[in-house]
Amino acid sequence: MEHQELTTPSPDGEHRRIGVYICHCGGNISDFVDVAAVRDAVATDPNVVHAETTLFACSDATQHDMVERIQRDGLDGLVVASCSPKLHVPTFRAVSRRAGLNQFQYTQVNIREQCSWVHSDDRPGATAKATGLVRAGIGHASLSVPLEPVGVDTVPSALVVGGGVAGLRAAVGLADLGLSVTLVERTDHLGGAVGGLGAMFPSNQSGRELIAQLVDEVAARPTISVLLETELVAKSGTFGNYEVRLEGPAGTDPVTATVGVLVIATGFASYEPALGEYGYGIEGVLTLPEFTAMLDASPGPLHYRGRPVGSIAYVYCVGSRQPGGNEYCSKYCCTATAHVAVQVAARDDRVTQYHLYRDVRTYGVYELLYEEARKRGSVYLKYADDAPPDVERRGDQLVVTARDTLTGPAELEIPVDLVVLVTGMVAAPNHDLTSLLKLPLGSDGFYNEIHPKLRPVETVVDGVLIAGASQGPKTVSESVASALAAVAQSGAMLLNGRAELNPLVAVAGAACAWCGECAAVCPYDAISRVEVDGVAVAHIDPSACKGCGGCAPYCPNEAIDLLGVTTAQVEHMIDGMVGPVREEVLVS
Amino acid sequence: MGAGHGAGATSPRILVFSTANISDPGIDLAGSQHRHYASSISTITVPCSSSIQPRWIVYALEHGFDGVFLAIDGDECAYLPDCNARSSRIAAQAQERLRPLGIALERVRMAALCSVCSEAFVKHMDEFAAQLAALPVEVAA
Ligand SMILES: Cc1cc2nc3c(=O)[nH]c(=O)nc-3n(C[C@H](O)[C@H](O)[C@H](O)COP(=O)(O)OP(=O)(O)OC[C@H]3O[C@@H](n4cnc5c(N)ncnc54)[C@H](O)[C@@H]3O)c2cc1C
Ligand code: SF4
Ligand code: SF4
Ligand code: SF4
Repeated sequence: MEHQELTTPSPDGEHRRIGVYICHCGGNISDFVDVAAVRDAVATDPNVVHAETTLFACSDATQHDMVERIQRDGLDGLVVASCSPKLHVPTFRAVSRRAGLNQFQYTQVNIREQCSWVHSDDRPGATAKATGLVRAGIGHASLSVPLEPVGVDTVPSALVVGGGVAGLRAAVGLADLGLSVTLVERTDHLGGAVGGLGAMFPSNQSGRELIAQLVDEVAARPTISVLLETELVAKSGTFGNYEVRLEGPAGTDPVTATVGVLVIATGFASYEPALGEYGYGIEGVLTLPEFTAMLDASPGPLHYRGRPVGSIAYVYCVGSRQPGGNEYCSKYCCTATAHVAVQVAARDDRVTQYHLYRDVRTYGVYELLYEEARKRGSVYLKYADDAPPDVERRGDQLVVTARDTLTGPAELEIPVDLVVLVTGMVAAPNHDLTSLLKLPLGSDGFYNEIHPKLRPVETVVDGVLIAGASQGPKTVSESVASALAAVAQSGAMLLNGRAELNPLVAVAGAACAWCGECAAVCPYDAISRVEVDGVAVAHIDPSACKGCGGCAPYCPNEAIDLLGVTTAQVEHMIDGMVGPVREEVLVS
Repeated sequence: MGAGHGAGATSPRILVFSTANISDPGIDLAGSQHRHYASSISTITVPCSSSIQPRWIVYALEHGFDGVFLAIDGDECAYLPDCNARSSRIAAQAQERLRPLGIALERVRMAALCSVCSEAFVKHMDEFAAQLAALPVEVAA
């Protein structure tokens, strides 16, 4: 077994040929950082053959120039100092590939989010820091090696977890791509939240019908197998070849399957108000899902406990947008409530409906529903964020007390027959699944994607995709859109029969004298003992290694390097940040 | 020690090790929100805080940084369920190596930082900088 060489000799045998681009980002960077001074400071680095500033590094014209420059000057490294790597690493990797430069010999330096924008009050400091960061990038690139993504064989099948609208639509889409699909649902029926809904916004189609349609589509595809009352209980193997173990109801045998990807569509739970929260627990105080179920159960004018309903107060943002709790907006609820109000008015236009809201977020085309609700007599009253309404029962009467910030300070007492708490979405309780898959959760408790704009359905776990409301509050159309994104991404990963893995993995170097420490601490079983010329050393399987680097600090010989952040690269970066001239050092 | 350039010259130089998927977005968010911190603070990105090698921390402190801050993933780590314990071990090992060098152990600090912890990040930086500024300057052993 040979060890990876971590330096590439440059054509002159001594120095690298690196090109450096420093971006103005319009004025986002150059208004606060003297980009020309940065360029001049790094242009003299012996590893740099070209340095320039550019108005927009990501523009087509600059990308084109970069390709030409890389080819004409025979560059063996590229440094782009612009925005966060989250945004344009794929862009400049593609530039490198187009130019014939290995994409792992390009280094991104963040001088916007981590420099110009946070030091806009300190131009000399920001310029000095940017210079250090670019020097660090050059140091990093000067030790870069060409790497090829690791190829793995993949099986053409997928596991979908969760049989709500997102999971069902994903299953149909995956099957239509030619993949075989196993769908597991933990309850005894398909459909999730939508399966329990009547007329829905925006088209008034009933949720039950929508699900029935999808279930028919699933049934029409023999390559989908559905397992009810079943959960995923174990997963092993690596991306492209995961072994999964599925446990059904007591008395049935567990099923194992080999799948290339997993689509997690486990949905949400509705916020459960605490007893007493806005009067919850008092007769006549319902949550939105309770109210829609009631509406749905009986056609015609509304009755509650046998009595006709003449007035309703909706209290918005219950369980959403609460500091220190669920701080996010649940997004679907303003529109769902406007839609419900329109339905109530259509059944009986004498019902008075009060909407006690904080902000009306019937975004986009749903604005029309808000218009319609108001046209049909709904009264909207805005309460202040720090003065939520009070709900109480006085004898036979429910009374809501609130201040409408738009009409003045007077306190309004509104007697009503029903109070509907417009409850938001919270993450579905799924602790076991989350820890089994090692899926990252956001601070809101929902699953986190790698990147909200550029990689919206992938997670840091290769081949594990997220869809629907498991990722955060979504409407049906948004849930389906993300399910289809997960389908497309699964296709891109599996249809080739081969997939590429991130090659930035750990490598054990010549200092290894096999002690087994690293193998013991790798949770992915990526490290094994091999013999090379009769000597035992550690071998790290690049297709099993996740590139976390967790093994490296355990090696007593410091023999492990993580490609992309090798010890030599980190030391070069530190040197670059500190600067070439350091008269005083801490310890001589 | 710790002289920087420009206006950063008076503030301690801090190196932050931060993770690509969790704390980097939090630090980037501080940028998007234009929350200021000292320009003598710079970041190196690692995939996971458990991959930081103790020798890097020592190297940074020996080569001109006044403090090293480990922004760790805590319970949010996507790779390693015991990331917290591993990161603490790394910080402790770095401190073990600093002791014989006569470098104050307080120059290594660690805290969990999430992907939206922009305000917390700036607060950590301000506090750490103040703490470092109050430390006596070590003399070479
Ligand atoms: C009262 C109310 C009214 C609404 N009205 C509308 C509307 O009019 N229009 C609209 O567009 N949207 C509406 N919505 C939003 C809509 O319900 C969601 O967008 C949609 O349900 C999200 O679908 P999903 O498949 O992601 O999640 P879910 O519907 O939550 O389905 C998830 C499924 O996964 C299963 N599951 C969970 N964990 C596991 C596990 N570990 N293993 C196996 N299975 C698991 C669950 O049992 C469930 O079947 C409304 C929501 C509510 C609460
Ligand atoms: S959609 Fe409306 S009711 Fe729901 S959390 Fe957002 S603002 Fe509040
Ligand atoms: S880097 Fe992480 S996944 Fe790879 S071998 Fe080391 S501990 Fe295992
Ligand atoms: S810990 Fe280091 S020396 Fe021990 S087996 Fe792993 S790489 Fe080799």
